[in-house]
Amino acid sequence: MKDKLIPPMVIISFIIIFLIFYKGLQETNIYTPKSEIKKDIPIFSSVYFDSKENVNSSEIFNSNKFYLLNIWASWCVPCRQEHSYLMKLSENNKVTLIGLNYKDNFNNAQNFLTKLGNPYETILLDEDGTISIEWGAYGVPETFLIHKNKIVSKYIGPLNEQLINEINSIIK
Amino acid sequence: MKILKTIIIILLLIPKISFADDQLERNKITKNLRCLICQGQSVYDSDSDFANSMKILVDKKLEEGLSENQIYDFFKEKYGEWILYDPTLNKNTYILWLLPILIFLLGGAIIFKKLKFKK
Repeated sequence: MKDKLIPPMVIISFIIIFLIFYKGLQETNIYTPKSEIKKDIPIFSSVYFDSKENVNSSEIFNSNKFYLLNIWASWCVPCRQEHSYLMKLSENNKVTLIGLNYKDNFNNAQNFLTKLGNPYETILLDEDGTISIEWGAYGVPETFLIHKNKIVSKYIGPLNEQLINEINSIIK
Repeated sequence: MKILKTIIIILLLIPKISFADDQLERNKITKNLRCLICQGQSVYDSDSDFANSMKILVDKKLEEGLSENQIYDFFKEKYGEWILYDPTLNKNTYILWLLPILIFLLGGAIIFKKLKFKK
């Protein structure tokens, strides 16, 4: 009796293992961090892009309105793609755009803004990339919508029409 | 004079020893952190922008006096459990930890039973 049970059990086990691996193959193995929704924003100190004066994050995110922190760099191609959307969003006075210039050359970054326009009210420098890590970012571009010192939503990769509509619907 | 020389050499070596300790600690931590943009490489092994920034941040946190576990907690809070190569035992990872032990015990039990029957 016991010996009769062994072959079907072995077959079932193999089927289960096959299904697990097959499902694993279907899933993407590129990891994207979980959205840090409703998390407190990190406290950090940085330097202003223009004046190079030191600044603490609490001086910037100090009111109850919406802030959009955008991590960008002049060398980042997707940042160019999303720039026109940021320019459009900067016309909305319900949100303040803060730029975090990531590991960039000052002249290149300035040329980038002269050519494509400056949507940011304030630009901070992240010369060694550590501030971006404090935010839980893993590359450029990455955007965080902030309200009352909490991250409301996080957008990995370039912004597009659909995401801008989503942001507009949150801040209205 | 010899004693004075020895003392000077020891004093000169102290910062180097503590620097080496810091490096060891940093290497140990970065070997257990996953480089999220290079998949399959630790922060220690990778030379990507992300990994280099992580190394600088680990140094900063060590300078601030954070312990190894506090640094892991800091990164876990930012990026989730995935950032660690050595996941801790919790409700999401208990299968990972317990399944090999269960399989081992089950296999052992089957072999033991078979051997007993043969006797």
